[in-house]
This record gives sequence, structure tokens and C-alpha cells, in this order.
Amino acid sequence: MTRRTLTALGVVVGLALAAGCGSTSNVGGGQPSAQSSAGFGSQICGDQASTKPGYPAPFAPVAGGVKSLSGAGSTFVAPMMSDWTKTYSQQSQVQVSYQSIGSGGGVAQVQAATVDFGASDTGMSAAEIAKAKGPVLQIPLLLGAVVPAYHLNGVGPGVKFTGDVLGKIYTGQIKTWNDPALVTLNPGVTLPSEPIAVVHRSDGSGTTGIWTDYLTKESPDWVQALGGTSRSVGKDVAWPTGIGGKGNEGVSGVVNQTEGALGYLELQYALAQNTTYGQVQNKAGKFIQPCVATVTKAVNGVAFPANLNTSLTDGTDPDAYPITGTTYALIYQGQTDSAKAAGLTNFFGWVLSSGQDLNASLNYAPLGPQLQQLSVAQLKKITVNGNPLVP
Amino acid sequence: MSVASTRLRGPLVLTRARWRGRDAVFRTGVAATSALVILIVAATAVFLVFQAVPALRQYSIGSFLSSDRWAPSEATPTSNAPNPYGIVQFIYGTLLTSVIAMVIAVAVAVAVALFITDLAPLWLRRPLSSLVDLLAAIPSVVYGFWGIFALLPALAPLGTGMSTALGGLPVIGAVFAGPFFGPSYFAAGIVLAIMVLPIVAALCREVFAVAPVAEKEAALALGATKWEMLRMAVLPRSRSGIMGASILGLGRAIGETIAVTMVIGNNVLGISASIFQQGATMPSVIANEFTEATQPFHLSALFVVAGWLFVIALIVNIIGKLIIRRVGEAIA
Repeated sequence: MTRRTLTALGVVVGLALAAGCGSTSNVGGGQPSAQSSAGFGSQICGDQASTKPGYPAPFAPVAGGVKSLSGAGSTFVAPMMSDWTKTYSQQSQVQVSYQSIGSGGGVAQVQAATVDFGASDTGMSAAEIAKAKGPVLQIPLLLGAVVPAYHLNGVGPGVKFTGDVLGKIYTGQIKTWNDPALVTLNPGVTLPSEPIAVVHRSDGSGTTGIWTDYLTKESPDWVQALGGTSRSVGKDVAWPTGIGGKGNEGVSGVVNQTEGALGYLELQYALAQNTTYGQVQNKAGKFIQPCVATVTKAVNGVAFPANLNTSLTDGTDPDAYPITGTTYALIYQGQTDSAKAAGLTNFFGWVLSSGQDLNASLNYAPLGPQLQQLSVAQLKKITVNGNPLVP
Repeated sequence: MSVASTRLRGPLVLTRARWRGRDAVFRTGVAATSALVILIVAATAVFLVFQAVPALRQYSIGSFLSSDRWAPSEATPTSNAPNPYGIVQFIYGTLLTSVIAMVIAVAVAVAVALFITDLAPLWLRRPLSSLVDLLAAIPSVVYGFWGIFALLPALAPLGTGMSTALGGLPVIGAVFAGPFFGPSYFAAGIVLAIMVLPIVAALCREVFAVAPVAEKEAALALGATKWEMLRMAVLPRSRSGIMGASILGLGRAIGETIAVTMVIGNNVLGISASIFQQGATMPSVIANEFTEATQPFHLSALFVVAGWLFVIALIVNIIGKLIIRRVGEAIA
């Protein structure tokens, strides 16, 4: 090889790298296809400003905290939790062990007070709190997205969906990819006449909770098929159709292996598995690519109740991705051990400030400024034997 | 031998009394161990029933077996009819996948075992039987992963072909109705067949190996071909052995959990006649749902499933024992 060809090669590689850097969060996995003009177009996902919010520490660390804490619950937050706890232990020499046993297990362990904190993708209901040993604070820790993931030969990422269409697909009313409803949403994309292999989670999951919450808000057909709103939302519903996969890996495995499959996955899981995913129409009528920037916008304009326990799907911001959710830390408000209370307050104070800068590296979104303030205010409500811990 | 026994006789006589004492200790110890096993089985059964009682009380006992719809999201703390926790589809799924597995596995296992004991060249027999045994050493979660990522794509042409070719036929068409997406009773049956194969093959190999050499040689001396010799001298003698091996394999197939959960498609809402549709088994629904069983009576209903699984496994074992006894008598 001559020197000139080597130089030319270097230039090409350099250009390719530069192009890649600008669009790391723009590509929904899979190869963009020449046969199809599906794609995300220009969206705000390239905006890096929203990924590292740099929130200042909300209060000076409380002295006399314990050196080890234990928590259990949500698998959704587990990858982030392991990053947080690792970084935090390096900075503060406090070890936080977290068992990802599922949100239901987290709630049960909090009720039994066998862990210092729990984590759940759905807030605790009043009935669940009544079974606990006292008032429980629910503190949102991060934001995440659930995305429609699919496998279609010759069709790239970015196929457009609405809540109504997704609802009709998940009730079995829309059975093929070239159904007029999908074709109308995706002008210029050649959708095949293949049957849609609908995939859902077979295990109870917060991911399912977020997905069905969105379908319930946007699709009357979905609500009707499931027999009312009390049955159409939940970690596990009576699916009218489809293939059940156990865990995110089960769903992504079936989606990736099956031509014509459509399932739902956490954004970070879809990216890790290189699964192709689409965009979803939000409340403002725009089709939105799921990414850190659009997920952070989801909480804009949400009226939070006093306990912060509310649905975060279908945000009103014109750039908000609509299928989003959070994970709540579950902590007893009235603590009895001051060292333990200090340890908990310090850890979550860090998670809600410096910790938020780590979220985007795992494709979770940081809490927006408004929700971050509300979370901090909730954390400050912790008392030790009736006295507030943080002024 | 005789020298050794004369040497031993002296001390034996002297310490006979002490040996009797040890004998008693030994007997008590062994009896206690056996009692413990029985106790564990009984305790498990009692525990399952005890945990299932809340659901059994809320809904009538028969209602679990008269519905094929499992919909925990429709359960409420107060209503007791209709029972949202029907379990017939799980029993059906467990039996159907096991039958598919046994049809494939027994045929292949008998062939493999015959090849190893009587047909393969001598140098190939040991490595081949070790390889078959090795299949049993693979953890079931690995079979599940392999099932999703290798078996399902490989089955796609076969499944699609079978459903287009046979799905339109009258009567049996319903059994092969498509579309074939991958996860299905069929895929679960094949994964189970591979998991059961080494157990059945290893036992068959032992059974065939003890077929009387005199009879085999007699058959050959009378001018029988290899196949005629196997049919006359080996297979009839081995019938109860093959049965026994199959029942042990069936036991494994019925209880297998995680690999099946990963490839069966987990449809808990009904029974499908087609082997290409999605279903669920009794172990798979337990594996899927116990971590987040938060609905009213949800966990307790899962214990009902576990209890029935226990009963069915017991029935299969008893039937197996009876069959082996009858076949054995017929040969004698």
C-alpha cells in the first residue's frame, strides 16, 4: 500500500468517526437501509446540554452516617444503581448494596423493613403504604423511556407510531405491517405485507406498567379490549394477543430473531442489543425519537401531587417523548437510627445532584430541574425520632 | 482369599458383641435418613396446600380446573366468581410439550444407544457416549438462551413450511395452523427433547449392554442380520428398561422450567390446538410471575399451580412404575 492511499484511508476513517460522534444517540440500532426512507430526521437528540445537568449539592453532608446501606427492588434502575453505588463508594467510602429483585419485591421488603430503602417503578398505593410500618417517602431518582422495537428486513429505524395504532396492534385489531393506519403514518416507507408478531413481557414488570399506562391514555380500543382502565394498566395485564418473553432479554431476543416482530423495550436495552426502534407521537402531535434529551422533557408541565406519585407518560412539552417513567426510592419518613438516616440522606442527596450527571452514560435521563427540586424537598422530610435531619 | 479370612476370624469372634452395637447404630442411622426423605416430601406437600388455602377458599376448588384463562389483573380482593386463575391451559401445555419431547427423544435415544452398544466401531463408542452424557451437563438456562438465539431462527423455515403444507388439511390442519413466529409449544418440545435425550440414551445404553450375549450370538449363528439380531435378542428384552428410561425422562420434561419459559411464548390466556402457537406450562407461569405476584390471591394461586404440578408428577411416576412392572412381568 502506498503512502497516499494510507493517508486517504486515514481521512475517510477520521470523517466517519466525526460523523459517528455527532449522532451517537441518533441511531436506533440496526443498519439504516437504502430501500427505506424511515429515519428520525432532525431532532433535539444531538443536544448534549441536557445530559449533564450539573445540579449543585442540595445540602452539606450530614455527619455521622453509617458506612453501609442496603436496598432492594426495581430491575429497571439496577444498571444505574450499580454505577451510582460504585462511584459513590469511591467518593465517600460508603458501601450501598442493591439487590435487583423486582419492584414488587422492593415494596414487600420495605413493608417488612428488611432493607434500608426500596426502589419501585410504580409508586406505592395508599393501601400498600397502609401495610408498611409508617409513612413512606417516594422519591423519583431518574427518568427512562420504553420504546417500540421491531425487526423488519429492509426497513430502518424511526418507523412512526401513535398510541392509537400501538393500542390496536396490541389488541390484535391491526395484524399486518402494511395496514392502512401504519402506511398513512409512514409515507415513503415501504412496509411489507407481513403479519405483525406482537411481543410483550411475560413476567410482571415496571416496563410493562409504563407501556400499558401510555396505551391506556391514548387508545380507547386498548382500554375496551382489556375491560376498563382498572385492568388495562399494570405490571402484568391479560394480553389479548402476542408472544410473551421473560425479561427485557426475552423480548429483545424474540424481536431480534423474528421477522415482523414488534415489542417494547427499555431504551438502554434496545441500544445495547442493537434493536431497531421507532418514534412515537406525543401529546403535541409531533413524532419524537426516544433519547436522553426528549425523555428529560417529559416532566415539563406535569402537575405533581404532594407525594410525587403520578404517571409521567404523555407529557405536554412539544419535544417530550411520551412513553416515559421513573423509579422511586422508597424510604421511611420516620427513621429511628440517626446514623442510618444520615447515611440514606447523604447517599440520595448525592444521587439527586452529582449522581444525575452519570445517568446519560447509561441512556437514562436526568430528572428535569423542577422534578429534581421536588425530589430533594421530599428527601429533606426524613426525620429522626420526629426531628428533621436536614434544615 | 482363604488366608485373609482365617486371619480375620480371630478378632471377629472376639468383638462380635461390639459389632452388633455398631450394626444397630448403622440401622438406626439409615432408617432416620430414609424417614427424613419421606418427611421432606410430606412437608413439601403440606406447605404447598397450606400456602394455596387462601386462593382455594376464595374460589371453589373445582373452578381452577374448569377455566383456561389466567388473568391476575382481573382479580379483586372481594369477588370470587368467575375465578381469574384458571389453570387447565398450564396442564395442557405441560403435557403437550412433554409429549412432543418424548416422541422425539425416545426415538433418537434408542437409536443412539443401539448404535453405541452394538453398531458403532469400537474406537467410536466411548467418545460418542461421553458426548451424549455431556448434553446432560449443560445448564438449562443455557439451553434457553441457545433456544432463543439459535434454535428459533433455525426452526423458522421448518415451522413456516409445515404450517403452510399441513395447516390447510382437514382435522389435523388445526394442529399445524400458523403463522409460525418461533416461540411455541413446538419449540419448547424440541428444547425439552434435547434436554431429555441424554438421560434416556444413557439408561437405554445400560439396558442394551446387559442383553444376554448368548442369545445375541445364537441369533447371529442362525443367520440373522444385525438388525434381525437386535430385534429378536436385544429389543424385546429391553422393553421395560426403555419404558423406565422414558418415564425418568418424562419426569424431567414435566418439571423443566427456565428453558421452556424462554421459548414457549408464555400465552397464559387459553389453549391452542396448534403446536405452532404460544402457550405456557405449570413451571413456566410460576417462574414468570412469583417475583411480582402482587395481585389479590396471586401468590396463593401460584401455589395451587405448584400443588397440581406436584400431583401430576406423582401420578406420572406411579403410572411409570406400574407400566414397568407389567412389561417386566410379560417378559418373564
